[in-house]
This record gives sequence, C-alpha cells and structure tokens, in this order.
Amino acid sequence: MAATGDILSMNNLETKKPVVSINDLQVKFKSDGETVIAVNKISFNVHAGETVCLVGESGSGKSVTSLSLMRLVEFGGGEITNGSLVLERNNKQVKNLVEADASTMRSIRGNEVGMIFQEPMTSLNPVFTIERQLTDGLRLHTNLSGGETREKALQLLKEVRIPDPEKRLRQYPHELSGGMRQRVVIAMAMACRPRLLIADEPTTALDVTIQAEILALINRLKHETGMAVLFITHDMAVVAQMADRVVVMYRGDMIEEAPVEKIFSEPKEDYTKALLAAVPQLGEMAGTSEPRPLDIPGHETLQKNQTKNLTARQETVLEVQNLITRFPVYGGVFRRKVANVHAVENVSFSIKKGETMALVGESGCGKSTCGRSILRLVEPVSGQILLNNQNILALNSHELRKTRRDMQMIFQDPFASLNPYMTLRDQIAEPLKNFGLVSKSEIEDIICDMLRKVELPLGFLKRFPHELSGGQRQRVAIARAIVVNPSLVVADEAVSALDVSVQAQVLNLMMALQDQLGLSYLFISHDMAVVERVSHKVGVMYLGRLVEHGSRAQIFENPQHEYTKSLMAAVPIADPKQRNISGDISFKPIPSPVFPVDQVIESPIYKEVETGHWVLTNK
Amino acid sequence: MKNLKKLFNPKGLIGSTLVILVVLIAIFAPLIIPPEYATRMDMRARLSPPDFSHWLGTDQLGRDLFYRMMLGARTSINIATSAVLMSLIIGLPLGLMSGYFGGRVDNVLMRLVDTLLSFPALLLALTISAVLGPSMQNTIIAIGIAFTPYLARLIRGEALRVSQMPYVEAAISSGATHLRLIIGHVLPNIMPVIIVQSTISLAFAILAEAGLSFLGLGTQPPEASWGLMIQASRDYLDRAPWTALVPGTAVALTVLGLNMFGDVLRDVLDPRSD
Repeated sequence: MAATGDILSMNNLETKKPVVSINDLQVKFKSDGETVIAVNKISFNVHAGETVCLVGESGSGKSVTSLSLMRLVEFGGGEITNGSLVLERNNKQVKNLVEADASTMRSIRGNEVGMIFQEPMTSLNPVFTIERQLTDGLRLHTNLSGGETREKALQLLKEVRIPDPEKRLRQYPHELSGGMRQRVVIAMAMACRPRLLIADEPTTALDVTIQAEILALINRLKHETGMAVLFITHDMAVVAQMADRVVVMYRGDMIEEAPVEKIFSEPKEDYTKALLAAVPQLGEMAGTSEPRPLDIPGHETLQKNQTKNLTARQETVLEVQNLITRFPVYGGVFRRKVANVHAVENVSFSIKKGETMALVGESGCGKSTCGRSILRLVEPVSGQILLNNQNILALNSHELRKTRRDMQMIFQDPFASLNPYMTLRDQIAEPLKNFGLVSKSEIEDIICDMLRKVELPLGFLKRFPHELSGGQRQRVAIARAIVVNPSLVVADEAVSALDVSVQAQVLNLMMALQDQLGLSYLFISHDMAVVERVSHKVGVMYLGRLVEHGSRAQIFENPQHEYTKSLMAAVPIADPKQRNISGDISFKPIPSPVFPVDQVIESPIYKEVETGHWVLTNK
Repeated sequence: MKNLKKLFNPKGLIGSTLVILVVLIAIFAPLIIPPEYATRMDMRARLSPPDFSHWLGTDQLGRDLFYRMMLGARTSINIATSAVLMSLIIGLPLGLMSGYFGGRVDNVLMRLVDTLLSFPALLLALTISAVLGPSMQNTIIAIGIAFTPYLARLIRGEALRVSQMPYVEAAISSGATHLRLIIGHVLPNIMPVIIVQSTISLAFAILAEAGLSFLGLGTQPPEASWGLMIQASRDYLDRAPWTALVPGTAVALTVLGLNMFGDVLRDVLDPRSD
C-alpha cells in the first residue's frame, strides 16, 4: 500500500508545482551585538503528497528552517535576511511568505500550513478541554457554526483514531496519555486541511510503540489528504520509514538532498555517511555474541579483546534477588497512604565481571527505578542486592556511603548531572576526596590520567561544565564515575540526550573502558538498537516486572514474550526498503502501575526456554 | 576570576560606587561632623528650603537636613545590615535543612515559619520591640526575626529544587556526606537567590526601621535616622517637600546601588555568565 502511494506521488512531481518552495534562505540571530547565521543558502521544494525529511543533529538549523516557514522564527529573535519562501495558497495564488504581513500570516498559520510540535505535554493548553483546543482554529479560519465545529472536531478525532472520541472532547489534556495527546495535536494541525504539514520532531518525546503509531498515522493522513509533509527529525531510522526525499543539514548548511533510497544506498557527502554509520541498526548484530563498537569514519574501529573478556567473565559482581520498590500515594484529608505505585516488582538478575546487562522498556516500566534502587538512591521495599557478595540493603547509612565507591552512576542529562559551580577538576576529584582514597599529591596525576582515558584535553581541567558540549560533559560524568575504580556502573539512559555521532563516540568509549578496566555495566535504555549493540545480556521490563531476560542473542533473535515482540516490531528500521511502519498500527496501551495498598501480587513464574533465557509466564 | 571584570561594566560601576559611597558616609560622617549638628535647632529657619546656609533645607524644628542625613546614615545602614544579617544567620540554616532533608524536618520547621509568617512583618517587629523595649539592638533583633520567615521560605524552596538535581544525586553516589552536599553543592547553587533577596531585604529593613521609629520603638528622637526623617516629614509634604525628598533620595539611591551591586555580584559569582 505505502509503496504504491509513494510511486504515484513521485511520478507526479515533475508535472506539479511545489506546495512550498524555499530558495536561498538565510536566517540570522542577533544576541549581545553578535550576529549568528543560523541557516544559510537553504533551497528545496515540497510537493503535494510528498514527505520531505529535514535531518540533522542539534544546532543544524532544521527547526529554524521550519519556524521560518511559519514566520515564527521572528518571535525567537531571528530575522530572515535573504531568500524567499514561496507557498502555493488554497486559491492557487503563490505568495512569498517572507514579504507577507502579520494578518496574511495569521490566515495561513493553522489554516494552510499546520504544525506539530515535539512535546505533546506542553503544546496543549492545560486549562482548555480538547473540544475547545480543536475548535479554536476552526472558528478562526472557517465560517462554521458552533454545532458544526463540534461535529468537525469529533470527525477529526475519529480521523486520528482516538478511541471514545465523544468522551475525549470533554476531557482536559492531563487526562490523556502522551500518545493520545500527540494525536490531538495532529488533529489540531489537520483541522483546516492544511496544504503543508510541518512536523518538528513529533515523536522524539514518545515511547517507541507510540512513535510507531504516530508515524503510521501521519503517513496515512498524508495518503488520504494528499498534503505535503515537511518532517523534521534527528533519527535516521525514522527518516528511512517516512521520507520520500531527504535534506541533510549540518551547522546551518544544506549538505545533501536526494530521494530517500539514494541517501541510504549511496550517500555522496562524508557527513551523511558518518551520520548513517553512527546509527546502530536493530538486527545487524545477528550471529555475534560480543558487543561491537560503532564505526565512525575517520576513527579506526576498536576491536574488542574477546579472549580476555571470556576468561574474565566468571565472578558475579551484582546479584539482584526479588527486588521490590514501591512508592506510596497519599490521599484523603489525613494524607494517608491510599495506594502504591509498583515501580519495580519482584525483579531478579545478575551481572558478571566485565559484562553489560541492559534493561530495556518504555517510560514508566521501572527500569530507572530499578537502577536507582540498586544504588539505594531510592529505598527498595524488599529483596536482596548483593554487590561483590555484600548485601547492600543491610548496610547502615555510614557503611552504605563507603560501599557506594564500588557502584557508580552515569545519568541521562549531562547538562544537569554536573554541578555548574564546579570546575571539571573539582568534579572529577570529588569522589576521590569524599572517599579519602588518595593523598593530595596523587590526585592531580589521577585526574590527568582520567581525562586521557575519556579522551578529553588536559586544558579542560579549569573549565566549567557550561563551556563543554553535551558529549564532552558526558565524558566528564564517565570520568567521575570510574575514577574510584568501581566494579559496577549504572548507566541510566546515558546516551539518550546526545546526538547520534556523539552517541556513537560515547558508546565506543564506554565499551573501550569496559575492556581496559573490566567494568560491569547496568545499561538502562529505551533504545533497542543501542542495547543490541552494547550488551551481553538483556532484560525486558514491563510494568515493573522483568518479562524476559537472557543473552543478547536470545532476546533479539528469539524473542518469546509478547511484549518483547511488540517492542521489537515498533522499532523503525533504518532502511527505506524495509518499511515496517505503515497502515494502522496500534499497540496495547500500558496499564497503570498503581495498585491499592492491600493488593496481593502474584510472584512471577519464569520458564527457561533455552539455557539462560527466561520468560515470564504469569501476569 | 575573569568574571571580576564584570564589576567594571556600567551597572557594576554605578552599583559599587553608590554602595561604597554610602558605606563611607556611614563610617566617616560621625567622625568628621560633630554629633550635635544633627540635633541643633534653629527656630527662625523652620522648614526653610535649600539655600546657602542650609544646603538641603531644614525640617519642622529647623534642624539641618544635610547633617541629619549624613549622620543618620550610620544608624540606618547599621540597623538594616545587622537585621538582614541576623535573618540570614537564622533563616539560611533553617531553609537549607528544611529543603534538603525534607520530610519530618521540613514539616516541623516550616510550620514554625508559617506561624511567624501569619503575622504581618511590621506587627511582629512591633511586638518584639515593644516587649524588649526601645533600643537600637532590640530594633535589629525585631526586624531580623520579622524578616527571617520570608528568607527561610525562599531558601527552602530553592534548596528543595536544587536537592533534586541530578548533580546532587551524582554527588551522593560519589560518597559526599550531608554536610558536603549542603555546603558544597546546594549552597553555591542557591547563592544567586540569596544575594538578590538580601539586597532587596536591606531596602525593606531601612523602611521597617522607619516604621518602628514612627511608632516610638525604633530610633529615639532627637537622634537621626533616614526612616525617622521620612516619617517626620509626613505632615509637611505640601509645604516642604524637601523634608521627605532628602531622606527619601538617600534611601532610594542606597537601594538602587545595593540592587545593582547585588545583580553584578551574582553574575561575578556565576561561572556560566561570560
């Protein structure tokens, strides 16, 4: 279905005029007397029925380009200094949006050009009902009466496949799930049948199954209405699934433009090649047993020392048994405990020396809480955590502080996990000083050695975190974690906030350090492709439970649990020839993990389908 | 500190000049000017406008406003800074502990603070200084205690926010003790708020002292303080506006200087600004 639609639209390209044509666009931002060129010499067209993906890493100017089309860039302090943005309007007249006045733009925004934003939590106004949000644009741009707009709103909700549309109209945004909210945002953008839909990272904040649903929805709406879609993303896998044509951007410049198959099969520019190489692909590790560093063009690929690993991986570093972590929910006049959030429910696994165990799952599945429980950053309710045969849960606060030396953590957001008031030297020295491990004279040597290990220049010692890029900060966070020689490092979404090329470098660094130092990682991530690349063992979490765990090959090549399979099916494949995201996709929504206080939870029963491959059999 | 050059941008220059000027006056005016100049009455020149013999005019008792302003500076500044310092000494640990430890500690401390907050600050100060009796020291205690809950509440909120930042969690797993976390990680990150709030509090403290003086509990006439002068000018605003303008301008310039200085100080201490 999808393929034939694509071919049809491709054939029409030559004869039709483009819906929007961007020529030689240049946008400048002024701040403190300095002028920054955010995008320069951007030219491309978007035709009806066609999806053009604008792809690039952070700071590449892809969002600025889309905001310029809406002339919203001026609200952020930008200025269109050159070029034209020609839109074919509903009445077939062409209009250069750069010259359009404010009232013309108002009649275009939300009417002829619709926009979907990244964050569905913040792009809906929390104090208005869904009906009000949907009908606002209709009332503004059409002459429909009150009853008619309501009818239309209902029809829109049906179009975006929201269950119970009548009920939803009366609800407020907070009553809907993230995926549902994004559907409402799409319905709003579609309300006036725009000729051009701009989607700015519409699925970046969503879970992978919801992402698949939303991508499929956008594709279906495009085929039904024949609108043009400008899709902005940093994710090459999403590009492969969505795009007809691709425009690659880098630091405000247009690097390459080509049909999607061409971009993936024969990229011309080095940057495009690097971008593609840095993306781990689900399934590419089939048949291998060891993690493999990512290929970064220009860097020689590090080969993992396999034999050394195999002999080292004998002793158990971490053993988690029947771990339960619950958070109380208070309510009522007396603020009594009325329910529990069952964040981690009877989870057991173990990690050997030099091994990476990955925990995957969608947001709210308890994977982060599990990692934090092991470090006792949150207090578990019950269970056993044995780190080098020492029971962590039995320690008092004094002993716990000492034992934390052996287990360190790398956090998701490198911008928030470093104290902005401390120099890098002090950040890395902090654990050494706190644990009183070494004398003052040794500290400098150790810190310099650490910087070398994480491949940062020594000149960085006196710098503050804000002077570093995201990837450099994450290297500092890694240095801080490994400086005390821990046996276990918990990496909680450690690369999720990074651009793909930086992500690849940080992942390679983590793997290299594992080889050198024999580290064990608990790698918590939502990204299946990354997990497949880096881990020895994988545990899939769903609703606080470990539904399936085993070796990487077992989980990825022979998934047994229904949830693992659906998770795998939802991951977009970074190959335009294998489009798995199309038609109507809907996954079972994740139920609430909140249970009454007296709820009796069945303990999990696992079945061993192969040696070391366990699958949960009861609910 | 490359940030130090921020002190020399226009804002920093104006702010620090004003602050230094006021401090110099407060210190040296009483050493240079004989104290009786502020209390000497000249009944023939009551409410006289600024002229050569009285540069800034006189008040309702014929006292020279220039000398009163110069000599009143020490009282006002002394009371204001001491009171704010006192509220910081009590409020900062309270707020930090409340925000950092949370839970029961937070509940107990904040109920205490809420109780204090439920009285208007001036009423509280009034009660305290009425109980303790009028004196400069008691005025400081009264204003200091009255300002404490506001500061404690603010610091508690900030400490709570910062305590939940990942870098604090990272420091916990780096083996930092409670003391190290509070002093080394939480405090530096709430410093900007403390600086801004303190400089604003100084302004309010000068005015609070005025209120207490007006009610007979702060500075005792015939001693001079800016607050007392403003209060005394109330009945003569229509006939002799300079009686209010002179101390009013002194307060306004001091407050302006402090705010600008506070802003710049915050920027100097923040490594992120460049």
